[in-house]
Amino acid sequence: MFIFAFMRLRPRFRAALIAFVLSPALMFMTPPHAAKGKDAPWSPAERTLLRSLSLGSLAPLAPDPSNRYADEESAARLGQRLFFDARLSGNGEVSCATCHVPQQDFQDGRPLGKGVGTAGRRTMPIAGTAHSPWQFWDGRADSQWGQALGPLESPAEHGGDRVQYAHVIAREYRAEYETVFGHVPDVRGLPERAGPVPDPARAKAWSRLAPVRQEEISRMYANIGKAIAAYERKIEFAPSRFDRFVEAELAGRTHTRESAFSDDERAGLALFIGKANCVTCHNGALFTDDHFHNTGVPQSRSGVPNDSGRASGVRSVMAAEFNCTSKYSDAKPGQCDELRFAATDGEELVRAFKTSSLRNVATRAPFMHGGQFASLREVLAHYDRAAAAPAGKSELKPLHLSNEEVRELEAFLQTLTSPLAVPPELMAAPPEKSEALRTAGR
Amino acid sequence: MFSVAPSRPSATARAHAFAFARLWRRTAAIILASTPILTGCMHSAGAPSNLDFSRTRASEHGIYRAEIAPEGDSIPQGKLQKWTLHLDAANGAPVSAASVSVDGGMPQHGHGLPTKPRVTRELGNGNYLVEGMKFNMGGWWVVKFHVDSEAGNDTLVFNLNL
Repeated sequence: MFIFAFMRLRPRFRAALIAFVLSPALMFMTPPHAAKGKDAPWSPAERTLLRSLSLGSLAPLAPDPSNRYADEESAARLGQRLFFDARLSGNGEVSCATCHVPQQDFQDGRPLGKGVGTAGRRTMPIAGTAHSPWQFWDGRADSQWGQALGPLESPAEHGGDRVQYAHVIAREYRAEYETVFGHVPDVRGLPERAGPVPDPARAKAWSRLAPVRQEEISRMYANIGKAIAAYERKIEFAPSRFDRFVEAELAGRTHTRESAFSDDERAGLALFIGKANCVTCHNGALFTDDHFHNTGVPQSRSGVPNDSGRASGVRSVMAAEFNCTSKYSDAKPGQCDELRFAATDGEELVRAFKTSSLRNVATRAPFMHGGQFASLREVLAHYDRAAAAPAGKSELKPLHLSNEEVRELEAFLQTLTSPLAVPPELMAAPPEKSEALRTAGR
Repeated sequence: MFSVAPSRPSATARAHAFAFARLWRRTAAIILASTPILTGCMHSAGAPSNLDFSRTRASEHGIYRAEIAPEGDSIPQGKLQKWTLHLDAANGAPVSAASVSVDGGMPQHGHGLPTKPRVTRELGNGNYLVEGMKFNMGGWWVVKFHVDSEAGNDTLVFNLNL
C-alpha cells in the first residue's frame, strides 16, 4: 500500500522522502567538524563555549577561608623565601623550586619528581592552582597550604621533618615569621630531627614530645605552608594566543598577527569543543573541571604501584591533619563544603586522576600522573584509542580521529602557550638580607 | 535445503535497477545538501530531544509534586551550590518530615554526580535545603530525589541542561 503510494510520487519527491528518512542516521556518521569550513562562523553554542574557555572569564581568585594569611604581602614574601630555601629538606639540597622550577612553568619535565629520592608521581605545575578545591593528582589536599606540607615531610621529596623546620624558622626567619604569625615557639630543648614521619628514630623522638609541644610545632609547620601558599597564589596564567583569538573572533574584529589562527589550529579548536570531546573535562578558563577521571592511563613503570588515584586520595584528604576542618585551619564550620560534600566512595574514584589544566600544556612533556606519555601526539593517540583501564573503568570512548585531525588538535594545543603572569621578582629566590648576617645567625 | 540458480536479469529488472540508481543519486544529493543544517542541530543538542527540563515535576508514581529552586536561580558549572526542594503531596498539601536522598549523574557519560549532595535542613512548609550540588561538565544531567514520608516512597527525576 505504502510502496504503491510511494511509487506514484514524482521522482524528485521520492528522493526527498528517502533523504528525510535517512538523514538522522547519516547525521551520526558525519563528523560534526566536517561541516565547519575554515571560515564558517561559530554557532551560538560554540561561541558560549569559546567565551567560557577564555582567560577573561576566569572568576577573580576567591579568598581561602582556611588560610587567613593567604592575601598578606608579608606572608607572601616569607613564603617566597621558604619556597626557594633548600634548608627545608633532609639533606639541605632540595627546595620547592627543585621540582617546581619557575622557568619551566613551575614543574621539572621529569616523569617522576626527583627530590631527596624519587617521588611516586609527576610534579604538577603551580599556576592557577589557587582556583582549585583539590591539590595533587589524587586531591589528597584541599588547599595550597595543606598541599605544601605533604612533600616537605615526604621521605622521597624534601625528606625533612617539622621539628627540623621549626629550628630553621627560629634561626633563620624569626623576624619575618613574627611579623606575620606572631610569637615563634621556644625550640630550645627540642631534638634536631623529629616528626610524624616514616623514619623510626624521628617518629620515636616525636612521640616523646608532650602533646602541647607537638601542637605548637605543628602550628608552626602549618604556618610554613600558609606562607608558601600566599606566595603560590600569585602565580597565575597570562592570556595566550588562544585568548586573543577568541576575543577578536567574538568581537568580529580582524585578526592581528598576535591573534590569528592557522587553518589547522582553527580546525583543532573546532575538534576540541566538538568531535574529540576534550572540552567535556577540560572546561572553563583553566581548561580543567577540577575533578577526577579515569581515562585508562596505563600504570607508570616506576611510580606508585597499583595507584588507585582519587579512591585513596579522598580517604587521605578526609582524614588529613592539615585539611580545611582541622584545628590548624582558619575556616569556620560551614566554610569547608568541598570536603563536607566530597564523593567518598564508588567505582568512579578508582584510578581517577585530576584533570590537568591545558594552559601551557605543550611545554610540559612528559604527560599524565606518571609521565606515561612522552608527547602530545601519544596523549592524543591514547584518547583516540580509549584503551581499557588497568583498574577501575575508563570514561573514554574511541574517537576515530584521522591523522589529520590528530595533527589539528596538536596544533590547537600549542596556541595555549604563554609566559606566566608573574612579575620577574617572584620568579627567583628574593635577595638574601646579607650572607654575613645569615651566617652569624647560625 | 535449497539453492537459488543464478539467472540473467530480465529487461524489466534492469529498467528497475536504473530507476533505483537514479533515485539513489537524487536522494544522496538532497542528503548532502541538508547535512550541514542537521549536524548543526546535533551539535548543540547533546541529549535526547524529548527531555523535560522543567523545574516542577511529579514523582514517578505520582505520590509527590516537587519543585527545585537553585540558589540565585541559575545553575553555574563547577561551583558548589544550594537548592531548595519543595515537596507537595498529590493533594497539594506540603510534605513535612520527609526523608530525602539525592543522586544522579550524566546518562550519556555513565558517571554519577561529582559530589555527594544531601538535604541538610527541613525549612518548613514543604521546603528542604539541599547542599553540595555541583556539576563539573556541560551537557545533560539527571538529579534524582528519593523521597520517603507518610505519603509513601517515590522518586523524582529532574533533567538539567548545562
